[in-house]
Amino acid sequence: MARNVSTRRKIVVTVVAWTIGILIFFPILWTFLTSFKTEAEAIASPPSLFFFDWTTENYHEVQSRSNYFLHFMNSVVVSFGSTLIGLIIAIPSAWAMAFSPTKRTKDVLMWMLSTKMMPSVGVLVPMYLLFRNTGLLDTRTGLVIVLTLINLPIIIWMLYTYFKEIPGEILEAARMDGASLSNEIIYVLTPMAIPGIASTLLLNIILAWNEAFWTLNLSAAKAAPLTAFIASYSSPEGLFYAKLSAASTMAIAPILILGWFSQKQLVRGLTFGAVK
Amino acid sequence: MNLRTFLLGTCSAVALAGLAQAETLTIATVNNGDMIRMQKLTDDFTSKNPDITLEWVTLEENVLRQRVTTDIATKGGQYDIMTIGTYEVPIWAKQGWLLPLDNLGADYDVDDLLPAIRSGLTIDGKLYAAPFYGESSMVMYRKDLFEKAGLTMPDAPTWDFIADAARKITDKSNEVYGICLRGKAGWGENMAFLTATANAFGARWFDENWKPQFDQPEWKYALDFYVKLMNDAGPPGASSNGFNENLSLFQTGKCGMWIDATVAASFVTNPKESTVADKVGFALAPDTGLGKRGNWLWAWNLAIPAGSQKVAAAEKFIAWATGKDYLKLVADKEGWANVPPGTRTSLYANPEYQKAAPFAKMTLDSINAADPKNPSVKPVPYVGVQFVAIPEFQGLGTAVGQQFSAALAGQMSVDDALASAQKLTEREMTKAGYIK
Repeated sequence: MARNVSTRRKIVVTVVAWTIGILIFFPILWTFLTSFKTEAEAIASPPSLFFFDWTTENYHEVQSRSNYFLHFMNSVVVSFGSTLIGLIIAIPSAWAMAFSPTKRTKDVLMWMLSTKMMPSVGVLVPMYLLFRNTGLLDTRTGLVIVLTLINLPIIIWMLYTYFKEIPGEILEAARMDGASLSNEIIYVLTPMAIPGIASTLLLNIILAWNEAFWTLNLSAAKAAPLTAFIASYSSPEGLFYAKLSAASTMAIAPILILGWFSQKQLVRGLTFGAVK
Repeated sequence: MNLRTFLLGTCSAVALAGLAQAETLTIATVNNGDMIRMQKLTDDFTSKNPDITLEWVTLEENVLRQRVTTDIATKGGQYDIMTIGTYEVPIWAKQGWLLPLDNLGADYDVDDLLPAIRSGLTIDGKLYAAPFYGESSMVMYRKDLFEKAGLTMPDAPTWDFIADAARKITDKSNEVYGICLRGKAGWGENMAFLTATANAFGARWFDENWKPQFDQPEWKYALDFYVKLMNDAGPPGASSNGFNENLSLFQTGKCGMWIDATVAASFVTNPKESTVADKVGFALAPDTGLGKRGNWLWAWNLAIPAGSQKVAAAEKFIAWATGKDYLKLVADKEGWANVPPGTRTSLYANPEYQKAAPFAKMTLDSINAADPKNPSVKPVPYVGVQFVAIPEFQGLGTAVGQQFSAALAGQMSVDDALASAQKLTEREMTKAGYIK
């Protein structure tokens, strides 16, 4: 039921929302602006917001120093690959837990989540040895595997929550009509859960894109994604803020654009089931 | 076998042989100006060695350290050449993780390497890493501010003079602070500076039996001096300042003096980056009359991990990158001021270099004055001026650095910080088996 909202309240809410929005967006804007400054202007105090000599020198420098395209392709393969494989495993698992739960389903879910609670560095050496022995060090395949495993609990949890919102009777009706298990999942459940699956997909691509511990530690020259590209522009000795900002802007631009175009899906998926 | 099959087979065999000969060296390196310059100049190496191709992994110092340590400790074999610091070389060489560099070629002239730097990389008479660039620490100061205050900086100042001058120059209303020093917690941050400085005050990390010495009067004197000086004449928020923060402050004209790595000299005198480029003077790191100056010694070096399959190619590359001809190559392409400093005696004898780098003599004197084997006034059981070359030091140095940073920020007293440093160091050293 619609409520009457006073104009004053609307203004307050709008102002608060914009303030929060700008606060969240400001670091990205600042990075973007800094990437067009010279190193001297980047550290100038007080800093100038828009009125400085705009230069694209940092982008030229980054282009000439690094193979951006190689890192970009690695990021694409690793984040999309790990998310898609994750979804293929997670959809049946979430289906099982949502529609035919057993006594231990809750425990299994909690156990899966608990794997996220361990600090990654705690298993760095065993993982490194496993990767070394299987020849997976510095390969895209290795990174896809590790990111799939890392994000699988989140994918399953998100899908489980969405699937729970779907009435089991619809699936039952499909079964009555003679649908097999795979048909039920592919033709009935999946289309109904599309907003949820889409937002899970997007969120996990973003998480995998930004994952900077394993991708840095398990890659060297060949499979290094954009996280390694950024890490090569920070330095404890010497000025690097403008070049680092240019590298960061180049690294986040693709995922920012993807997020921009899919924000409708993302918001719909994330608030799915919130109003019932 | 007809002719076509024969030709095809021969071609494949030749191609395979070619593939087998072309070696790819993967080089892990740190992101600093000199290393980046080297990457750009590698065409010179590959044109002389067409059978070797190079792949670079450039990382920020801390990420690089974690990355290469994991790889070498697990014998991962991801890198054929690693860039490591003077802290790692003695530890890794003793572990048998590095190969001695015995075959750098007849014209490498190993005796030309600066003795102080070379000694830090030599274990049991063998060179385990070749220095690419070396540095010490020194005082950088603003000549104009000193003149205005009627002060003259001696070539070899004392800490009392520095403190007095810093307080006189400070003009907080105009955001000019007499002295900028590191305060950010970390073994390579504030503890690099404080460990080196403490040497000049007669303090040391451990006595000959590895007993921590933070409860001794020398440390109290040193830390008290530092905290009081920074409170009176340092910039606000100094407890979060590291090299880059102080560099920014100095370059924007907010520091009267800055004591830090000699490599900073080329940044603060670069008119493209610095607003005070033509007003900077240099002096040796200060002392307290006890015979030691608080100037450290650091070098970034190239080393070959043990178990490497491409030793001959790696040695060729290291000989190229750290040899005399490389210095000439950089000078020809980018000018003498951009030559990596601090590794070779011949560079400092070169009049062209002396002309291009006004800080050359001070850098050489600072490096020569550092003695990693006898860093402090009293004897110590360890090697290292601004660090203690034991594997535990990274963790210990950072933990102690946090206490000292808190003392600088006023969150705890100097006495409490030292007591807590003493306690935690004793605990760690007992656990590690140094203290029986």
